[in-house]
Amino acid sequence: MSITLGLVLEQTLNGLQYGVMLFLMAAGLTLVFGIMNVINLAHGSFYMVGAYLATALTEKTGSFVLGVALALPATLLVGVLVEIVALRTLYERDHLDQVLATFGLILFFNELVAIVWGRAAIFTSVPQFLSGHFRLLPGLPYPTYRAVIILVGVVVAVLLWALVTRTRLGMRIRAGASNRTMIAALGVDIRLLYTLVFGLGAALAGLAGAMAGPVYSVQPGMGEAILIQVFVVIVIGGIGSIRGAIVGAIVVGMADTLGRAFLKPLLATMISPPAADKAGPALASMSIYLLMAAVLFFRPEGLFPARGRS
Amino acid sequence: MALSRRTIALAAGALVLALVPPIAALTNQPFYVDLVRRMMIFAIAAASLDLILGYGGMVSFGHAAYLGIGAYAVGIPAFYGVENGWLQWGLAITAAALAAAVIGAISLRTSGVSFIMITLAFAQMLYYLGISLETYGGDNGMRLAGRSRFGGPIDLRDPAVFYYVVLAILAVLLALGRRLVDSRFGMVIRAAKSNEARARAIGLSPVPYKLTAFVIAGGAGGLAGALLANQTEYLTPDFMHWTRSGEIMFMVILGGMGTLFGPVIGAVALLLLEDVLSALTAHWQIILGPILILVVLFAKRGLFGLVAGAETRDG
Repeated sequence: MSITLGLVLEQTLNGLQYGVMLFLMAAGLTLVFGIMNVINLAHGSFYMVGAYLATALTEKTGSFVLGVALALPATLLVGVLVEIVALRTLYERDHLDQVLATFGLILFFNELVAIVWGRAAIFTSVPQFLSGHFRLLPGLPYPTYRAVIILVGVVVAVLLWALVTRTRLGMRIRAGASNRTMIAALGVDIRLLYTLVFGLGAALAGLAGAMAGPVYSVQPGMGEAILIQVFVVIVIGGIGSIRGAIVGAIVVGMADTLGRAFLKPLLATMISPPAADKAGPALASMSIYLLMAAVLFFRPEGLFPARGRS
Repeated sequence: MALSRRTIALAAGALVLALVPPIAALTNQPFYVDLVRRMMIFAIAAASLDLILGYGGMVSFGHAAYLGIGAYAVGIPAFYGVENGWLQWGLAITAAALAAAVIGAISLRTSGVSFIMITLAFAQMLYYLGISLETYGGDNGMRLAGRSRFGGPIDLRDPAVFYYVVLAILAVLLALGRRLVDSRFGMVIRAAKSNEARARAIGLSPVPYKLTAFVIAGGAGGLAGALLANQTEYLTPDFMHWTRSGEIMFMVILGGMGTLFGPVIGAVALLLLEDVLSALTAHWQIILGPILILVVLFAKRGLFGLVAGAETRDG
């Protein structure tokens, strides 16, 4: 395989597309952590639930757009339920308790999905009107669906930015992140705020999952594979920071995609091709973790540590 | 001196463990030797995690990584026909301790949630590394060519002999752990757990101590992995999967963290629970998940607190 400019451009866009998915996940997780100081391992479960609900609703309604649009409020509802039933009791607990309890939630959701839809992977196809390619450059087609994912991600990022910096709710979210006791004392219903933010995070993860359905396979446990990469995103970006989540997501998405595409041919120019065949994939799958280790070595707080916490 | 509840419970526990092989042989139920041996191997893994989690306050979510390294340190030499147990197990401990030194050195630069995420991410990295090892079975793993050989009367192919080897290792490690925790070293890591700022203020620098504890726990985890590979006679990257790390962590909490025997009880209880539930339904995890949540919410002191009495603060 030779490396051409067109291929590099295509893989860069793929990296951006994966980065967008990671961002949708990371935004919710980092908001929840920033405001409630809760680490939620079950965030990946919302991604999975979103993917399954979108698939099922698309089948029922016959329309992909409608399926995704209905899956969003449904996932939000699941998130709100989880917050009220389980998460609420964990706010005052230490991180170890939160990790274990949300680990329990993962087991529950994975098995629940397996009971309802079975353990086998479900493959869905891209809807007809998005299934084509468009011409990125002369002689360089790019799948429309992946471009739409990138577009949706950019729109969501802008909306989220506007929500956090320009609205009353956003003001409360920021105030809650810097001092939750004070904002409660000022008469803001902090419990309602927590529930809202948690539901919003769940819906964002659900959106990522719903869009992931046609690109990756839909199966129990799909949330955890991406969740661990989202952790890498958050650790690189700085916990609790939306800006960090954006930068971290794009860096990780790029590193992972470009590493898988180009490490092997690049290595082959330096060491023998059979050795590169073996080392390439191994190194590619480890690349983002090595990147994380490097970032932490120089900036233990991540690239954009959130203000207002030590 | 009157016998405390704790002493009686421990003596009874040790006696039961020692009597499992003869009783299983008498009742013709060899399955139980296998099951209890498996429990003791996970007890070693859980106890090693408890050293850093319970005593050191380091929430490492990647302990399964050392289990996997230990297993591969047995499997890979065996693949090339090297079956010497001293060599394999020595390699398992060394390799896992080395990995723990690297992971610990990076992870301990952070704390809190970052520490949890980073240890998890490193374990996952090793999991993917295991998957990419095509020569050694990749995703599917590989059969262990044969159990480790030690020569003389120590023949691991005999289930009862293997059982007593594991029991002896467990007992020795627990005794060493007791001495370690009570030593000056143990006091420093416990001090760092309860209040790191104060520990620093009285002139201690906790990080080297924490890293040493991390390395010791990694090495012991590696040994557990070597035992586990011999137990299953099969090894896969799944040994390092993050759900495995979560399970080991749950064992520590279930039994009672920061106690010496808690993790042993936790390992026995969790594997027993899994055994019972999976016999009940294929979807046993839908029951286990909520049980886990309830234990975290309402039974934080763990089973050891129940067995040894509420007065016992430390095992």
